[in-house]
Amino acid sequence: MEHQQHRLIFKHIDEPGYTNDIDCYIKHGGYEQLKKAVTMKPEDICAEVLESGVRGRGGAGFPAGMKWKFLDRKSGKPIYLVCNCDESEPGTFKDREIVHQDPHQLIEGMMCSAFAIQAKLAFIYIRGEFFQGYKILERAIEEAREKNLLGDNILGSGYSCDIIVHRGAGAYICGEETGLIESIEGNRANPRIKPPYFPAALGLYQCPTIVNNVETLCDVKHIIEMGGKGFSEIGTPGNTGTRIWCVSGHVQKPGYYEFPCSAVTLGELIYDVCGGLKPGRKLKAVIPGGSSAKILRADERFTGKLKDGTEFDWGIEDIPMDFDSLMAVGSMSGSGGVIVMDDTTDMVEALANINYFYAHESCGQCTPCREGVPWMRKVTQRMVDGNAREEDADLLKNIADQIAGRTICAFGEAASWPVQSFIAKFKDEFVEKAREQAARRKDGKEAATETTLI
Amino acid sequence: MKVDSVVDYVTINIDGEDVDVPKGTNIIEAVKMVGKGKEVPHYCYHPKLSIAGNCRMCMVEMGMPMRDRATGEAVLDENGVQKIGWMPKPTIGCATNAAPGMHIRTNSEMVKESRNGVTEFLLINHPLDCPICDQAGECRLQEFSAEHGRGYSRFIEQKNVKPKRTRLGSRVTLDDERCILCSRCIRFSKEIAKDDVLGFVDRGTYSTLTCFPGKELENNYSLNTVDICPVGALTSTDFRFKMRVWFLKRTHSICTESSVGANTEIWSREGKIYRITPRRNDAVNDTWMTDSGRELFKEVEVGDRLTHYTIDGVHKTSAETAAAAAKLLKEGKVAIIASPHSSVEEQFYCKAIADRSEATVSLVSHYGATDGILQSEDRSPNLRGALVNGLVDQLPDADLSAVAQQIESGAVDTLLVVNEEVTQLGISAELLKKVKVIYIGLHANVVSEDAAIVIPSLSVFEKDGSFINQSFRLQRFKAAIPGPRGVLSDFMVLEHIAEALADEKIPSGSIDAAWEHIAKGVSQFDDSLRWRSIPEEGLELDPTAFLDLPFVETKNLKYDSAAFKEAHATPAGA
Repeated sequence: MEHQQHRLIFKHIDEPGYTNDIDCYIKHGGYEQLKKAVTMKPEDICAEVLESGVRGRGGAGFPAGMKWKFLDRKSGKPIYLVCNCDESEPGTFKDREIVHQDPHQLIEGMMCSAFAIQAKLAFIYIRGEFFQGYKILERAIEEAREKNLLGDNILGSGYSCDIIVHRGAGAYICGEETGLIESIEGNRANPRIKPPYFPAALGLYQCPTIVNNVETLCDVKHIIEMGGKGFSEIGTPGNTGTRIWCVSGHVQKPGYYEFPCSAVTLGELIYDVCGGLKPGRKLKAVIPGGSSAKILRADERFTGKLKDGTEFDWGIEDIPMDFDSLMAVGSMSGSGGVIVMDDTTDMVEALANINYFYAHESCGQCTPCREGVPWMRKVTQRMVDGNAREEDADLLKNIADQIAGRTICAFGEAASWPVQSFIAKFKDEFVEKAREQAARRKDGKEAATETTLI
Repeated sequence: MKVDSVVDYVTINIDGEDVDVPKGTNIIEAVKMVGKGKEVPHYCYHPKLSIAGNCRMCMVEMGMPMRDRATGEAVLDENGVQKIGWMPKPTIGCATNAAPGMHIRTNSEMVKESRNGVTEFLLINHPLDCPICDQAGECRLQEFSAEHGRGYSRFIEQKNVKPKRTRLGSRVTLDDERCILCSRCIRFSKEIAKDDVLGFVDRGTYSTLTCFPGKELENNYSLNTVDICPVGALTSTDFRFKMRVWFLKRTHSICTESSVGANTEIWSREGKIYRITPRRNDAVNDTWMTDSGRELFKEVEVGDRLTHYTIDGVHKTSAETAAAAAKLLKEGKVAIIASPHSSVEEQFYCKAIADRSEATVSLVSHYGATDGILQSEDRSPNLRGALVNGLVDQLPDADLSAVAQQIESGAVDTLLVVNEEVTQLGISAELLKKVKVIYIGLHANVVSEDAAIVIPSLSVFEKDGSFINQSFRLQRFKAAIPGPRGVLSDFMVLEHIAEALADEKIPSGSIDAAWEHIAKGVSQFDDSLRWRSIPEEGLELDPTAFLDLPFVETKNLKYDSAAFKEAHATPAGA
């Protein structure tokens, strides 16, 4: 069965002949929504966004309209809008495509949003590795400024706002909104404690700040186009709009695929959209929302109740790809990075790889994350190196439990969820690893097998 | 004390007990207020610094009374008591401020378990070199590991290796492996010392404390970072590897560096001082003191210390010397050069001697620049004492040219000098030869050499006494170490001389016996006040009589001359 993509954000991505300059964008109907937006009342746009139910595409899935509502407008301080383009969650590669191929869509979405929240200044925080993207954005902003689509007195509306592109220096933690804010301010990207530093009240330069993901801001443009109600009709209630699933791993056709929320199930995404697994392989596990999401085991049965009370009983292939369903099965849709693993995957190695990443990326500010995550890395590395112990699985689980929920920012969870879920679902493999190595050692062989780990 | 009447109190519940705390108090302080030895363990939190919230040790469970989201009405349980909505995760006490009805658990399973986790994490890469660590005995990590740790290690991997002896400045040496990255030192440098030179480099578990490129931790407050370091990472280069802290005796004292009068603690053993650290007094110095103030004890040790009472170069007893001095003073034509470095007690008897020998009294100012923090313009600890005692009624001059003129004109025959090197203050050595000198001082110098009578004095570390600081706060200091053998406390010798001048009986010699006279004789002191009854945090005196004097202090950490004047100009009760 063929599943037709519903491309909203990625409408023109990879379209032959579509270029990332402003003329091409305008030719395809670009900046019409901004023209429309500046004639609207800012609070009406906010109301539309709230009605649309659009949830943040960066990972947490928090309703964007609600986030905007929390904005402290009474402080008298300037309001800032920040676009989080630090896309650094392993397995995610959607924002890069937007920036590379359709930067004006982001700029339009941002200017609509900036107008809606009456931002004084907008920033795009782009990760340091996206050098090409940075250059593209700089050029696109220049083009837009020439046409008075940003800058002073935008389109004669009396509203002025500019966009500053700020490059990161290569740190995962810069994607955490308060870390990102610190980074823009020129400090180490150490996330701030909340309370009291909620960005909506005390954000960038201690002023009210909204930080949204690239995809979320692009959605705003489409919300203005089709109205909050129109947008909310895509997908299901509570899971509105489209999502771009970045599928990677052991599938025939990895890549990004845009569907309305709930329009496909995980099985359809893997087998129909991505062409299934390589011949002769069996599905072993899926991480559905970027490497920090909890892993799902292929032979699990997922039962429970959805938010609206409907009961479900799904196999892994039946899970609808949306926020709530993935939450209900104990994982999350996160940033939309679907990582597929087939039966050739060594789970200990996979976890060692993930742990390596998080240990490297911990900012080092607070104790549990700074010390705990590298510890987990050292344990999994040792296991891969041939010195696994049977009790390591429990130790890993316990370390992860001591980190999650005890840290300043969500990195603690991001780093411990993989460990918790890998151990919960594949503990036997971790124990088996130790036994195997012991057996090989007994036979006088090298305990560690060859790995492809970095 | 000024009472701030606008403080709002809120009732919060800590471990089942209702407590009233000022609104906005954080949970660490609130729990401290409960008393009973209760404490929320913490590393990065410091009452005088901004909140960082990075150590995660002060985790507590927090809950608020439940309200129905829709109606806003209280949600009650079956007993009609409002239900408490407990947060699913523990929260840090340092950044949680008391709000009405807040419930706190400081000792639940979740709290214990998270403290246990943090302790384990802090220890896995810690070198555990307590046996050679200076902080041992006063180390928060050591204390909390014993209290909240699991007692054994599950860590079998390699520990991180970091530099063991990094020089941060001339007085501070860093052991990076011991550092728990609490950032107290960074915040102190930035917020209090206003010398932003410290920061972290590298990331994650490899984060390392360091100075900014080309900078050093060289400000006069650098050693405070050593005090507030909860572990043995920042060490005093001077104190490093010298002494185990549990062998040291702690004595409360007052810093004599300037009129701020920072409260200090002297750490000594067997008559030797090893270090001086600040003692918290929120009205005077918070928890800080200068580096230069910590080194004052070394000045006492160097140089040629006066150790004997001498008359014309011959060793005598203190009684003989006092009698000889009294005899000399009785001859009249006396000028006294008193000192703002003397204690209140010494100045009181100087005043008595001045009255009884009809002497003129001069004081020399010791002024310098202020650093705006804890070093005021007046570099003497007790100028206010001289005023309160009535020893002088004006602020001192910079030199003694007035006395020099009197000597020149023959109006002065005898000079009683208290610890001043007068030859550098306008009285030349030749001129000094024209008069008979009674010298009271610590060290031998030009003045003591030619003095007819020499009375050795004790340093502030060797005697009991009191000072009055810039804001007219009477503060007490105690003897930490013994002085040279046979040398009496200065006030006793002065007392002997004063009594001899009036032909009264020899006084008893205890400081509180002296205070019977002092309390009666000085109007600012309550008649029942005794040295022993001066509170640890000091006693505020009434400064109204002196408000019009042009004191040199402008503004520092806890003092603002304009505000001080204003606060005391309005009569009490107005």
